Amino acid sequence: MSVKPARALKSRHLLGIDPLTPGEIQLILDTAEQMREIAKRPIKKVPALRGKTVVNLFLEPSTRTRFSFEVAEKRLSADTLNFSASGSSVEKGETLIDTARNLEAMEPDFIVIRHPHPGAPHMLAKVLKASVINAGDGTHEHPTQALLDALTIRLRRGSLEGQVVAIVGDLQHSRVVRSNVLLLSRMGAQVRVAGPPSLVPLGMEKLGCQVFYRMEDAIRDADVVMMLRIQLERQERMNFPTVREYYDLFALTPERLKLAKKDCLVMHPGPMNRGVEIDSRVADGPQSVILEQVTNGVAVRMAVLYLLAGGRGEPVTD
Amino acid sequence: MQRVLILDARELARVLERMAAEILEKVQEEKKLYFVGIQTRGVPLAKRLAALVGQKTKITPPVGALDITLYRDDVGPWRPAHQQPLLRATELPKPVDDMVVCLVDDVLYTGRTVRAALDTLMDYGRPRAIRLAVLVDRGHRELPIAADVVGRVVPSSRQEDVQVRLAECDGEEGVWIVKEERA
Repeated sequence: MSVKPARALKSRHLLGIDPLTPGEIQLILDTAEQMREIAKRPIKKVPALRGKTVVNLFLEPSTRTRFSFEVAEKRLSADTLNFSASGSSVEKGETLIDTARNLEAMEPDFIVIRHPHPGAPHMLAKVLKASVINAGDGTHEHPTQALLDALTIRLRRGSLEGQVVAIVGDLQHSRVVRSNVLLLSRMGAQVRVAGPPSLVPLGMEKLGCQVFYRMEDAIRDADVVMMLRIQLERQERMNFPTVREYYDLFALTPERLKLAKKDCLVMHPGPMNRGVEIDSRVADGPQSVILEQVTNGVAVRMAVLYLLAGGRGEPVTD
Repeated sequence: MQRVLILDARELARVLERMAAEILEKVQEEKKLYFVGIQTRGVPLAKRLAALVGQKTKITPPVGALDITLYRDDVGPWRPAHQQPLLRATELPKPVDDMVVCLVDDVLYTGRTVRAALDTLMDYGRPRAIRLAVLVDRGHRELPIAADVVGRVVPSSRQEDVQVRLAECDGEEGVWIVKEERA
C-alpha cells in the first residue's frame, strides 16, 4: 500500500512534521524528487518564486541548513535576506516578536527560522502574515531534516514502508530524532532508537518507536542506521563518563555495522564528530549516503517553498 | 454534461500519420530532429510521432519530456488563491544544443503553456530551431503563438473543454468536446 499524495498542503506554514498527514508528506517528497533534476541543468534556476522575498532568520549557529535553504531559495529565483544573531538588534535586546514585526514591515513572503527555543516558529506564525518555515526550534522539531532523510531512504529503497530504521545517539537534545520518528512511523517504517539511558528522554516510545539501551539490539538487521551527533559542547553536564567510553559503546564501527543488513544505509545529519559517534571507515565507506542527504536537502527545501507559495483555493487546471 | 466525439482512435492514428509526414517536410534536417513532449499528454504523442518518423526515415529521433510547471505564469505571486500544480519529470536524454526541437502538445489554447515551454527549453541550451506540433488547435490565443503543424483545428467556445484521451495515460483513445450544462 503506497500513500496517495495530497492535492495541496493545508497550512501555509511548515512548523513541524507532527501536523502533516501522510498524504502531505508524500506530496512534499514527490515534489522534491522532481526538484532534484534542476541541480543537473546547465542553468540551475527556475522562475517559480520570482518576486518573492525570503528572510532567513537564524538565531542559532548553522552552516548546512542555512546554506541549503539559501541555495533552494536562489534556485527558485526568490530574493533572500540573511539575518543572524551576532551583530544584530537581537544582541541589543530586541524581542523575537519585535524583530519579526520589523522584518515583516519589509513585506517578506517567507520567514525561515532557526531558534534555540522550542515553539519560537509557532509563536511567529501566529502574529505574522508571511509563511513561517521551522528550520529547527530548540530540541523540538526540524521538519526539513526529517523530510530530506526520508527522501534519501525512499530514493535508495523505493519506499519507506516496512524499512527498519535505527536512530542512535543523543536522543535527549536532538530535534532531528523527534521529527524523524514522527515522519518515519507515519509513513509505515519501523523505527528503533538507542542511546545511553542518560540521553534517552522519558516517554520516547510514545512518538512511535522502540527504545533500546544497547546499540547492538537496535541495529541488528536494520535497513538504515542513522547516527546522531553527540553535542560535545553540552558535555559539561556529564551525560556519559568519557568520549572514549561513548565510542566504545555507541559509535558506529565497521564491526557493529555488520550486525545490520548487508546493504544497510548509513546516515548522519551532520556535522559529524569522527571517532566519537561514527568511525571514519564507516562515514566514508560504501554504505554511507551522508552526502546524498545534503544534496536531497536542497531539493526538499525547494519543494517546501514551492508548495507553501500556493494558497488554499481552487486548483490550477491545465 | 455533453460529450461529443471529434476524433476516434482510428482517425487519431491517421491524423498523427499525416502530422509526422508534415513535420518531415517542414524540418529539412531530419538527422537533427528531436521530439520534446510537454507533460502530460504531449509526451506519449511525441513518442508516437518519433516512431512514425522513424518508420519513414529509418532513424528514430530522440524523445524528451518537458515539465513546464515552474515556468507557468499562474504559479507563485500572480494568482495567490490556488493549489500549486504537481511537478512531473523533465527528462532530456541528450542536449538540445544545435538540434531542431519539435515541441509536442495535445491542445493549443491560450498559448501560455507554449510560452512557458519555450522559456524552459532555452534554459537547457540553444536549439538550432524550435517547431511546434499540436494535435488540436482550439483557438482563443492570448499570446502571439502559432503551431507549425496542426492535427485538427477544432473551433470551440471558452465554455467548452477539449479532451484528448490517450491509451498510455487514460485507458481510452480519442478527442472529445465536453460542454458543462448549466441548469
